[in-house]
Amino acid sequence: MVLPKSQLWLVVVLLVAGGVSAFSGRIDPYVLDVAMGVGIAITQASSLNLINGFTGQFSLGHAGFMAVGAYSSAMLTTTLGPKLGVSTAVLQWVLFPASLLLGGLVAALAGLAVGAPSLRLKGDYLAIVTLGFGEIIKVILQNVDAVGGARGLVGIPDYTNLFWTFSVAAVTVYVVWGLLNSTYGRGFLAVADDEVAAEAMGLNTTRYKITAFVVGSFFAGVAGGLYAHLKGYLNPGGFDFNKSIEIVVMVILGGMGRHVGVIIAAIVLVVLNETLRSFGEYRMILYSLLLIVLMLTRPQGLFTWTRRKPSAA
Amino acid sequence: MNGSRRSFLGRGVALGAVAVLGTYAAWAAPEPIRIGEFSSLTGREAGLGQYTHMGVVMALEEINAAGGVNGRLVEVIAEDTQSKAGESATVVRKLTTRSRVVAIIGEGASGRCLEGAPIAQRAGIPVVSPAATNPKVTELGDCIFRVCFTDPFQGTVMAKFAHETLHAKRVGVLSDVASPYSLGLAEFFRQRCRVDGIEIVGEQRFSGGDKDFRAQLTALKASKPDALFVPSYYGDAGLILLQARQLGITVPILGGDGFEAPELVQVAGAAADGSYFPVHFSLADTSPRSRGFVERFTKRWGKAPTGVSALGYDALNLIVDAIRRGGSAEPKAIRGALALTTSFDGVTGRISIDSERNARKPASIVRVEAGQFRFLQAVAP
Repeated sequence: MVLPKSQLWLVVVLLVAGGVSAFSGRIDPYVLDVAMGVGIAITQASSLNLINGFTGQFSLGHAGFMAVGAYSSAMLTTTLGPKLGVSTAVLQWVLFPASLLLGGLVAALAGLAVGAPSLRLKGDYLAIVTLGFGEIIKVILQNVDAVGGARGLVGIPDYTNLFWTFSVAAVTVYVVWGLLNSTYGRGFLAVADDEVAAEAMGLNTTRYKITAFVVGSFFAGVAGGLYAHLKGYLNPGGFDFNKSIEIVVMVILGGMGRHVGVIIAAIVLVVLNETLRSFGEYRMILYSLLLIVLMLTRPQGLFTWTRRKPSAA
Repeated sequence: MNGSRRSFLGRGVALGAVAVLGTYAAWAAPEPIRIGEFSSLTGREAGLGQYTHMGVVMALEEINAAGGVNGRLVEVIAEDTQSKAGESATVVRKLTTRSRVVAIIGEGASGRCLEGAPIAQRAGIPVVSPAATNPKVTELGDCIFRVCFTDPFQGTVMAKFAHETLHAKRVGVLSDVASPYSLGLAEFFRQRCRVDGIEIVGEQRFSGGDKDFRAQLTALKASKPDALFVPSYYGDAGLILLQARQLGITVPILGGDGFEAPELVQVAGAAADGSYFPVHFSLADTSPRSRGFVERFTKRWGKAPTGVSALGYDALNLIVDAIRRGGSAEPKAIRGALALTTSFDGVTGRISIDSERNARKPASIVRVEAGQFRFLQAVAP
């Protein structure tokens, strides 16, 4: 059974994240910032992978769920934090994880609200619905003055550190992995491979799709909370359609429904953005060209070593 | 031939000497003063960032040609925020910790300035924003300054202008819900209208990036205003002007400094005529300092500067002036000297920094006539 081994991995990653985090004072803050960006990207990509990759749905609203989580968790720390009158360390180690959890739960709730009616739809229709959801969230946030409206939410404390980002990333990967390797989880793959056949076998496909959607949204929300407390500022414009596409690209580039490939793709894309920054206008050309070449030469995903059993489609 | 060989040898010796001296000079010269810049050099607001950057680079070249400041040359390290949220925080961390800059010029767009500036604030590095007009920006900390006027000021000035010059009694407002800039201007415009007794007869909203504004404009037209106030950036504004004139709205249309770009006229064409907006810097300004700036800029870059170029130019010069006055290139000393700036002679006017770290200076109002931005009048704060 894979589970004990994967649990071991989880513990190892958590320990390493904690260990490295303890020395983060000696690491160049810029490198730290990029590293945490990588951790958040892994969380986003892995959680979307559950929906888009393993369950075969096509969601374009991941940035929307991320926004929900980011704003919920930031509102909790900015409004409740100063009133508690406890030290920053307590806030960072108790209130912050609680706010991440809240962000995740609110995002999961949003996922349920969007998913329950729309996951009866298939393929392209779902993409449109989630796309619309993402835009609606953005517009709502732009119009709510309590969260700063279009000006954005300022003054979010910088609680995000290496330990939290990589713990969350590890837990996300672990949950997605564990879920798919459980007896119940095989259903996700069945839905992805052939929905009609899965239904004929007696699987409640809608429930599987909603489960994937809610779990994916939960982790997107947690990633949003990490993002908010890393950047210290939230702007609704930052959670637009382009942000969702960025995450979708990570999943496609890594190979839909691959665990390791998607993680590597998330790392590569974040680091690539940093290295190409100084190229200015050429950045987008290089980036787009890279995507085109990769899709032409490796449509199965950049980092695919072993093939999953060929799908019926 | 002997002669040519000797001259060849001579040249070789001379070259060698120059090389040695050059190396020595480079070794003996003090380290340049590093100043950071974060701008939207690519992406949706690339026009804003690039014009700012051109102004900064020109100021830099002039400062170094004149021997730098306090005997040291100046170096500008520019980072691109890609017009995206989330990037400013990263690049400002890079500037403060990796590039070890002593001051930062940064981000003309308010949203991204709000993200990046607090990071510099925490590191104690002074930031001078060329064009972030949102009032919140300088409220974030005592290290954050700006050389432009603010949204309250622009909104107030345009309402004052509508009242005193256009004698408007009824105005309509069309603002962009997706933009803090637009909402800020609209809010302060409304406040001033109440003071001056101008009636707001219609209020409509759009979302930045929309292409069709006919529904909102038709509703505004029905309310029979004397003037329309449309605070927005040039991209949306061009289409709004075009569609307003197509719908037969002939009243003056007032905007904010976001109108100022050649693209406004390129999109709207003749429809842009008869609109008014405040600018940080008018090409029609006849003061020798402004004239000289426009000439040098046009010569250097082959195109005319925009307001943000002049602001970028002023931002770097203001920092260098603070280094000169304070006699030190330490971030703390620069911050202190910046806060004490009075009557700095910038190309965008005489700048004094007030206790809120905002620039006090007059605004120029321009009118679009036959596709040209004509200087109309200066309005003091």
